[in-house]
Amino acid sequence: MRYLALTKLEREQMKQDIGINHIDELYAGAPKESILTQKIERLPDHQGEIEVESYLRKLSEKNKPATSQPFFLGVGCYNHHVPSAVDHLIQRSEFLTAYTPYQPEISQGTLKTIFQFQTIISRLTGMEVANASLYDGATGLAEAALMAVRIKRNKKKIAILGEINSNYLEVLKTYTDLAEIELTSENEIDDQTAAVITAYPDFYGNVTDLDAVRKKADEVDALMIVSITEILSLGLLEEPKMADIVTGEAASIGVGMNFGGPHLGFFACLKKYVRQIPGRICGATVDQDGKESFVLTLNAREQHIRRDKATSNICSNQGLCAVAFTIHAFLLGEIGFKNLALLNHQKACKLSDILSKIAGIEVLNDSFFNEFTIKLPKDVKEISKKLLERNIISGLALDNNLMIMAVTELTSDKDMKILAENLKEIL
Amino acid sequence: MSESIVKNIDVNSKENFIPKNIGLNTEEDLLFRKSRTGSCGVDLPEIADFKLKIAGKKREKIGLPELTEPDVIGHFVNLSTENYSIDKGFYPLGSCTMKHNPRLNEKVARFSGFANIHPLQDQSTIQGALELMYELQNWLSIMTGLHAACLAPAAGAQGELAGILTIRAALTAKGDARKIILIPDSAHGTNPATAATCGYQIKVIPSNKKTGEVDFDEFKKLVAEYDRDIAAIMLTNPNTCGKFESKVKDIADIIHGIGAYFYCDGANYNAIVGKIKPADIGVDVMHFNLHKTFSTPHGGGGPGCGPIAVSKELADFTPSPIVVKEGDQYKIADPKYTVGKIKGFHGQFGMMVRALSYMMSHGADGLKQVAEDAVLSANYVLTKLRDHYNVPFEGFCMHECLLNDKLQKEKGVTTLDIAKALVEYGMHPMTVFFPLVTPGAMLIEPTETENKTVIDNFIETMIYIAKEVKNDSGDKFHSYPISTPRRRMDEVRAAKNTILTFDQLNLQD
Repeated sequence: MRYLALTKLEREQMKQDIGINHIDELYAGAPKESILTQKIERLPDHQGEIEVESYLRKLSEKNKPATSQPFFLGVGCYNHHVPSAVDHLIQRSEFLTAYTPYQPEISQGTLKTIFQFQTIISRLTGMEVANASLYDGATGLAEAALMAVRIKRNKKKIAILGEINSNYLEVLKTYTDLAEIELTSENEIDDQTAAVITAYPDFYGNVTDLDAVRKKADEVDALMIVSITEILSLGLLEEPKMADIVTGEAASIGVGMNFGGPHLGFFACLKKYVRQIPGRICGATVDQDGKESFVLTLNAREQHIRRDKATSNICSNQGLCAVAFTIHAFLLGEIGFKNLALLNHQKACKLSDILSKIAGIEVLNDSFFNEFTIKLPKDVKEISKKLLERNIISGLALDNNLMIMAVTELTSDKDMKILAENLKEIL
Repeated sequence: MSESIVKNIDVNSKENFIPKNIGLNTEEDLLFRKSRTGSCGVDLPEIADFKLKIAGKKREKIGLPELTEPDVIGHFVNLSTENYSIDKGFYPLGSCTMKHNPRLNEKVARFSGFANIHPLQDQSTIQGALELMYELQNWLSIMTGLHAACLAPAAGAQGELAGILTIRAALTAKGDARKIILIPDSAHGTNPATAATCGYQIKVIPSNKKTGEVDFDEFKKLVAEYDRDIAAIMLTNPNTCGKFESKVKDIADIIHGIGAYFYCDGANYNAIVGKIKPADIGVDVMHFNLHKTFSTPHGGGGPGCGPIAVSKELADFTPSPIVVKEGDQYKIADPKYTVGKIKGFHGQFGMMVRALSYMMSHGADGLKQVAEDAVLSANYVLTKLRDHYNVPFEGFCMHECLLNDKLQKEKGVTTLDIAKALVEYGMHPMTVFFPLVTPGAMLIEPTETENKTVIDNFIETMIYIAKEVKNDSGDKFHSYPISTPRRRMDEVRAAKNTILTFDQLNLQD
């Protein structure tokens, strides 16, 4: 077996040195009847690289990747281009096969990357501090809700303003139920409300009026949490700097779709809340020689120190995805990040213009970034199926004749034309 | 552009220039200090003027540096040389299972049919992905002897959350809400943190001072006292002292006797994979760390993937989604009484692809050998170091061996110094100061993918350190490491005067 390091002879030598005849003597602590004498049944034996690769390739070919037809799905997962340099760099052993940087003397590469990641997130969001990542945008929002209730102590309600991503809402419900936090709507904001949550842009793609949300939060001394499903939007939209916590999904930059995971949760907030942040944080310091250095810091918040009093149970985060993000964000830089955002918006505007000219289709958004919602005269799930038969993956079909269309830099004019022509025929 | 927090480095000064790079050692500065206005590392099409459809104003400054592709590649290549990694050498972090990360796994996870699919696509267009998840569920349940598996959890800690939520839901469904979870003092910190997140009180079971196992009498006392208030025990087996809990079946029987559940933390599954089925020792629910046992890369801190396997009784309560097969079609489904979603979409799919690739490569025969070799190597280390370091608990170990600094401390050399000496000698240290039950703990996990020469080199280095300390030449270790990109850190300063972004760094004088 190609990954196992010991030879038969070495195994025998080692057994001899330990003073045993049979490997099972080392398992003396386990109940004897539980030790399998044979390999597990119903599982195949080991296979070579050729066989495994071929099997998995065949499985992968049963799927239809975004590249194989016009593609308009978004809703928290966007089909963006990842520059070649990103994937090359994250496969360097030193990033790929290192552990969490608990030994900073030999982990400055990872730590400097996290520090720069935190800086990029903080600047993009307009927040003062950011952590080293969370699992994804959905769990980021759940953690933000829990954090708000910790900060506002006796208040146990969280109000959702407008429509947030449905997938995020489900995760938020699971976590808030556990903490006995009540989720309420805009009309139910009261002095028991610890925080208000708003999505920016919202579920349907509308660009939220954040100042209005801030005002509502202030009226009841609640925190303002902004949830972002598409971090690229911050290259065109104003940063939500009036918020207390900004959290969301950053997989659009450098990570890719990956069937929904791994993605990259980000979490940023005002500095005064730093000791309530969940997850790892990297900070600057100096080493024994007085040189600028980076370490994981504020560990007293975390589970390995604080155990049941920790701010979160999170341990592993999305380390390598944060590296990928940082590389891609640096490649883009100030100019590229804004241009990429503008390009996405321009293409989305183009598609919305094209679709709004088709009889029976109504574009519902006054404003949007790279995603908008259309209303169709017929059952959208049927329309979506018909488009699929014509080799087009449509936007997400909702129950109420609505469809959420996403556009990225990978959406070509030809894709839009094909979609429009087919929609005309179907309607 | 800015000054460093270190007063004696003015990064822009050209006077008093001293070369910072020595040979292959490059001093790589933050890219925020290397911006060259007008540079961009991507080429995008020109965009003609058009009317924006955003409400509000257009974004002004972001504050990203301006760089070219060679700038960025050079930066990250140089940064990478400041990192230690498994591919470079020995990485015996106890309870972290730093085994070799096969590159086949990386290749297959990047197949376009896996990497470029969207979680909300019509299920007819993602049958291959669902089949893969279904297969992985099967592997996990067959290996453990448990009834079903749920792949949703993002990492080990979320696997714990999924498991405890499942137990909670099953108890609630019986109208039997309970308040307490028993956790040994040797447990990983995520266990109590998870139990607390789920609203439970934690009662700590002390470890037996002689064996390193759960103190069985104390366990029985807690059960007698709290009885049917106990929802579950969270037990890591083998435990973090490197021991198989020899009373595990009795513990399971007692726990089941009061209608509670046995949650097994699977962080140490590498010791028994393919060798013992957790169901056979009474486990009701267990999480896996695909990034430990099944070789998906740790990536400097993640992503992980933490599926759970559960008994038949619990299978209807796990988080969503699961994948089911109906006829020849695979479908995303919700368990009948699911506790809901804990992570966006369907979990860390890319990690699932890698893990299945690993499992298929090893097969049933190879996985058994994995466990046996991991345990053999750890015991070999234990045998060779027994005369040089204090071994807090008697007997053989499982896939990791626990030592402490009792002998060296007499000469003023602590576990921290030993760890830093290993860094100086070109190795990653073992896990230190964990588990908390042993003062000055050193937890060593060599894994099955390190050959005997590498392990022998580690042993000889450890013996050398012990001998130096014994001969009163150990004082030098206090100042180690000295040959690394950085030396020991002022961690107090980092926590007290928090600087978490480049902007805060700039504010320092």
